[in-house]
Amino acid sequence: MSDPEKKKPNRRDFIVTATTAAGAVGVGAVVWPLVDQMNPDASVKALASTEVDISAIEPGQSITVLWRGKPVFIKRRTQDEIDSARAVDLSELKHPEKDEDRAKNPEWLVMLGVCTHLGCVPLNDKGDYGAWFCPCHGSHYDTSGRIRKGPAPTNMEVPKYEFVNSNTIKIG
Amino acid sequence: MSDHEYTPKSKVGKWFNDRLPLLTLANHLTDYPTPKNLNYWWTFGGILTFCLITQIITGIVLGMHYVAHADLAFQSVEHIMRDVNYGWLIRYVHANGASMFFLAVYIHIFRSLYYGSYKSPREVIWIIGMLIYFLMMATAFMGYVLPWGQMSFWGATVITNLFSAIPLVGESITNWLWGGYSVDNPTLTRFFSLHYLFPFLILGLVVLHIWALHVPGNNNPIGIDIKKPSKDTVPFHPYIVIKDAFALLIFLLIFAFFVFFSPNILGHADNYIEANPLVTPAHIVPEWYLLPFYAILRSVPDKLLGVIAMFAAIFVLVILPWLDTSKVRSTVFRPIYKQFYWFLVADVLILGYVGAMPAEGIYLLIARVATAYYFAHFLLILPFLGFKEKTTPLPLSITEPILGGSPDMAMARDNSNYKEKL
Repeated sequence: MSDPEKKKPNRRDFIVTATTAAGAVGVGAVVWPLVDQMNPDASVKALASTEVDISAIEPGQSITVLWRGKPVFIKRRTQDEIDSARAVDLSELKHPEKDEDRAKNPEWLVMLGVCTHLGCVPLNDKGDYGAWFCPCHGSHYDTSGRIRKGPAPTNMEVPKYEFVNSNTIKIG
Repeated sequence: MSDHEYTPKSKVGKWFNDRLPLLTLANHLTDYPTPKNLNYWWTFGGILTFCLITQIITGIVLGMHYVAHADLAFQSVEHIMRDVNYGWLIRYVHANGASMFFLAVYIHIFRSLYYGSYKSPREVIWIIGMLIYFLMMATAFMGYVLPWGQMSFWGATVITNLFSAIPLVGESITNWLWGGYSVDNPTLTRFFSLHYLFPFLILGLVVLHIWALHVPGNNNPIGIDIKKPSKDTVPFHPYIVIKDAFALLIFLLIFAFFVFFSPNILGHADNYIEANPLVTPAHIVPEWYLLPFYAILRSVPDKLLGVIAMFAAIFVLVILPWLDTSKVRSTVFRPIYKQFYWFLVADVLILGYVGAMPAEGIYLLIARVATAYYFAHFLLILPFLGFKEKTTPLPLSITEPILGGSPDMAMARDNSNYKEKL
């Protein structure tokens, strides 16, 4: 057993290592398609953008549209709501973001209507900050959609969007 | 296993048994020596097997009529309820069967907790049981999504979003689970596929569970080792078979009450509204059997830690055989543990109650205290109590308290050594 010859790798060790390595690569190559088939498919990805007509929305009103199966809130904010969102000191926020960065055009707030806690749709004009409140687990959001109170970790997400013209927003 | 050699009487039987010893297995199962003091809490293994088979049979039938598509699922369930012959009966048996299955499994688990059935040498039985329990929860959750009502949709959304709490890869994982950017048709079809698969995995684990049980044999209400076969045992058939059958009949009375008289009492009215991704129901609650874990999830104010606490609440059960340091199995001989046992039962019931209530004010406070106590029971009280508690003397055998002495001298010696060690 203490023969030093035995410790040296021989041809058989090489064959075992090479076979195991080739086998592992082979198993990986077979498993990956089985795992990846569950990821969003081409038809789901194809629905990446949607255009919304916003001409009928009055100040203070909000509409909800579906984008990639998720609700998107498009809110035309009143001057009071804009002022209260912009007056907040960033140090008070759990997830500090300036309102100026969240709403490029201060009148229009566009964000995913999905609570960042566990994905429920928050209710409009509710909660301690007079904006959104999630009924599932009690998260309160302000007029900029920022998390102020409750279990949600981050602000409601602002998707990529642009104004195609003054009456139309393209989301995605 | 204590099997004696078995030879089938008939020539054909012997010919077959030499080639595949199925008759030896059947003989082992009928003669299997069982402690004669098993009480009715031991009948739930048989009841659970019945529940699993019922779910599989009704599920296969429902699968013949159900359509797994986001646009058609809700209508196809109503089609089953209104048009399919006896469809209402089969669906109500399946839906209430899930609740009855969990009712039985909770009694079965708390039986093990009371009589120390998870302790050496039965740790592997217990761990397989916990795997079965975990798969049951996954199966029930996915099954609840299939009717594609409001609770289905939002329950699926909330539970799959638990995975988004994982740092860095959370979002990729949820998108992978959904097959999209929200719960939608790809989610429904994969849940149907897996909901069909998992019961068969459970069935396989049940076979392992029973196999592992038949190695050391059943625990019993006084939790001592017994010699098998001896005066302390009776053959499984007919003694236990009859007792199990009687208990199953009583269980079926309760089952039938729910199916025929209040088939929807355990469900939520919101699930008779078709799924709508734009509107969340005012009050999302999981099915009753998941409420204690839901309460633990909500009691923690941090998203990631809440998810960790919820999974830890299940994991702590898996490692229970090593957390309970007491060598005495049955609670009958553990006067202090007995009190903590009932505290735990009350604690879990309280968690279930607050899990159904809104997560605010007094309910949140109660949920936090109850969650803390749940973990304290397993992580602090059980390890400590095993060293400190003074247990009452164990009998030498099941017959000893009645007849005096042990039916077997070797056993008497074994047990006296055992007691000295304590």
